Amino acid sequence: MSEYSKFQSQNRFVKWMEARLPIVSLAYNETFGFYSPKNLSYFWTFGAILTFMLVAQIVTGIVLVMHYTPHVDMAFNSVEHIMRDVNYGWLLRYLHANGASMFFIAVYIHIFRGLYYGSYKAPREVLWILGVIIYLLMMATGFMGYVLPWGQMSFWGATVITNLFSAFPLVGESIVQWLWGGFSVGNPALQRFFSLHYLLPFMIAAVVILHIWALHVVGNGNPTGVEPKSRQDMAPFAPHVLMKDAFALMLFCIFFGWFVFYIPNYLGHPDNYIQADPLVTPPHIVPEWYYLPFYAILRAIPDKLGGVIAMFGAILVLFILPWLDTSKVRSGAYRSLWFKTAFWLFAVDCVILGWLGSQPAEPVYVTAAQFGTAYYFGYFFIILPLLGFFEKPKPLPASISDAVLAKNGGSAHPADATSAPETRG
Amino acid sequence: MKTMIKSTVAAACLASAFALASVPATAAEEGHHLEQLSWSFAGPFGRYDQAQLQRGFKIYREVCSACHSMELVSFRNLADPGGPGFTEEQVKALAEEYTIKDGPNEEGEMFERPGKPSDKFPSPFPNAEAAKYANNGAHPPDFSLLAKARGPHRGFPWFLFDVFTQYQEGGPDYIHAILTGYEESPECGADFEGYYNTAFTVGGVPEGCKENGHSTIAGTYIAMAPPLFDELVEYEDGTATTVDQYAKDVAAFMMWAAEPKLEQRKRIGFMAMIYMIVLAGMLYFVKKKLWANIDH
Amino acid sequence: MSASATAEPTRRDMLYISTAAVGAIGVAAVAWPFVDQMNPDASALALASIEVDVSAVEVGQSIKVKWRGKPVFIRNRTEKELEEANAVPLDELPDANARNANLPGDAQATDENRAATGKEPWLVMIGVCTHLGCIPLMNAGDYDGYFCPCHGSHYDTAGRIRKGPAPENLHIPPYEFLSDTNIKIG
Repeated sequence: MSEYSKFQSQNRFVKWMEARLPIVSLAYNETFGFYSPKNLSYFWTFGAILTFMLVAQIVTGIVLVMHYTPHVDMAFNSVEHIMRDVNYGWLLRYLHANGASMFFIAVYIHIFRGLYYGSYKAPREVLWILGVIIYLLMMATGFMGYVLPWGQMSFWGATVITNLFSAFPLVGESIVQWLWGGFSVGNPALQRFFSLHYLLPFMIAAVVILHIWALHVVGNGNPTGVEPKSRQDMAPFAPHVLMKDAFALMLFCIFFGWFVFYIPNYLGHPDNYIQADPLVTPPHIVPEWYYLPFYAILRAIPDKLGGVIAMFGAILVLFILPWLDTSKVRSGAYRSLWFKTAFWLFAVDCVILGWLGSQPAEPVYVTAAQFGTAYYFGYFFIILPLLGFFEKPKPLPASISDAVLAKNGGSAHPADATSAPETRG
Repeated sequence: MKTMIKSTVAAACLASAFALASVPATAAEEGHHLEQLSWSFAGPFGRYDQAQLQRGFKIYREVCSACHSMELVSFRNLADPGGPGFTEEQVKALAEEYTIKDGPNEEGEMFERPGKPSDKFPSPFPNAEAAKYANNGAHPPDFSLLAKARGPHRGFPWFLFDVFTQYQEGGPDYIHAILTGYEESPECGADFEGYYNTAFTVGGVPEGCKENGHSTIAGTYIAMAPPLFDELVEYEDGTATTVDQYAKDVAAFMMWAAEPKLEQRKRIGFMAMIYMIVLAGMLYFVKKKLWANIDH
Repeated sequence: MSASATAEPTRRDMLYISTAAVGAIGVAAVAWPFVDQMNPDASALALASIEVDVSAVEVGQSIKVKWRGKPVFIRNRTEKELEEANAVPLDELPDANARNANLPGDAQATDENRAATGKEPWLVMIGVCTHLGCIPLMNAGDYDGYFCPCHGSHYDTAGRIRKGPAPENLHIPPYEFLSDTNIKIG
């Protein structure tokens, strides 16, 4: 493969444009001119998958808004109008509703990849923090989007989540009334949620641009955690990494399609097919699956304010993660068995917390959630800070090429890239 | 490479565990087992059985519609592709048998006229309050979405399997179970108001039927009297006129009412899946070619 | 890239080209639902026809009904109006086409062709000026027919354009007399 050099063009129009707005060279240099470590695994394809999901959600969302009516009397029926009468409306709505879940599945894999391979460590702290901001914005967007169909879960989910703010002393009640624009979740709340649900994705897009900018400054991490030393260690983003991303994206779309076409209501809640009724609470309120671990943490703390602080803290802790992890070694692959055990326990803990979040608030589940919460915070505040001092990491490879060579059994034979069944749930 | 696959599989498990951590719980009681029937519309190639939908519609019309509205469905939908398969003429004639309130006319008065295919099914009660008043305080739920708004509780590990088996028929299963779940009151709840139903799980259980706060009976009491009896509705096609058959037919009809685009969805879905698998294969080879000279 | 230097497409090029082609087909297929969703939906199409009772419309009277969100003028014309309409030679008309959805597209704009056979006094037209979509006034203008106040188009008693910027006669929707007093539009 020939090397791609910096952008040059003899085309007169391009030269004219370059002198005024160098957008062609920007596009070229950040794709063909951008190099990634050549040893990236398929876990590194989720950035591209997430970019695709953001665009897909924005496009399907804009189209749905053409038919949706944000009013308490009409919202529910306008969604059903989309499902029944609008041409391909059922497809657009199922794409958008399931797309939110796919977005979160991808973002969780992306985040856990970062946690395992130390993607938050210097010099990628800002890149990581921008990612956490995106995640927070996604949570807000997803929550407000779930309110819009105005089903029973929409309404009661909105009621419960907005009531979280009432936990704050003195100003709590005022904040909640300000959020509602009334004395309960009603039309003013629905309309402002709709407005913000439309706005936030564009804010996400803006932070995503910063996220990618920061990525292009510091470069990709990689499974070894060793920074590339020369072009020998790297491959051009376009077309090499891009085509790998495209392949992974297509596998992800097959997974996505499975949900949209065959089990479109699997990730939803039956109660949301009942129109919101402010006088009847469903017997068992559960948020969407992607909030469940945090919901479990909320319920694990017997104190109202304490629960809210713990819940928000569980996300906010990610902001200071770069400074909590004291390990000198970046990649979890070269850290001790202690780290690997702690990491996978943490991953399992999150899944268990998620399951507990979906269970009724009975003592046995709450107790289990308390253990889960303790480990969640323990991982960040005790294990990661201390482990760096005690553990004995494995020796790092001299370079990425060395690591690849070692992995492939010392032969220069090209690795037989195998399709990974990663998206098969 | 091996480690990659291993870690990828681990990640896939993690991801799916995340994805599935949401339990599509409903009010249904823990551990209660619902019979899973085999529906013609289940699975990737599922299609509605037109004759069954027509029978189910007959039951809705002659029995259920006395109390239950179906506000989101129009007469014209009965002739839509992927539905019960009535002809346009049949739908027009059927619509004309209904009286629709319209207006105001030039004199400002509301008036009644025969239905048109574009009309929605008229509701048996003018509003929710009237429906409640006429039914001892219990509002008969609207039929339009009921098959998607009800379902059995799918605890661990069943909800994991459901992803692969594409189980989306919990609603019709639940409806069938309720319609066939009426039984004699157990001793402990003999003086309770309503009708004892072993599948119905919304609402409370009489105090006498509880032990340590847990119910000792299956199901609970439902305000709806048993609506179906053997030979209540005549079938022209020779199908058995039993409560069980009626329950299946009306549940299938309700599934169609709730998900009228199911056939279109599965048909397009199949084409989309084939396409995506082909493109994924091609992209794999493109990627492989590109990376052939890079040791990774 | 080295492969593109050779004149003959190589097997590798074929793979790239065919993958791009298959991808492009997919993009086009995905785009269609996003375009089609803006077309009239099933509930709008279902309202495409209405029935109007015209038993109360005396000679010389008009009513206006709404069809597909647009006004339809239904007028029971007088003898005098019919005579005026019939007196106009076809070559005096700016638009010699009948603009009648119930007739072949090349039908002449005679008065008979502007009305239904055997029901000549009845004029059923979409009341939307063919210029830029305003609603003309009834019984107005230089030809005792219709006058559009927006940009000054004059139509005669058969709804044909006679003067002003409008390019076409007022359009006639598909309709039929179900009985002497009942018209189905659409």
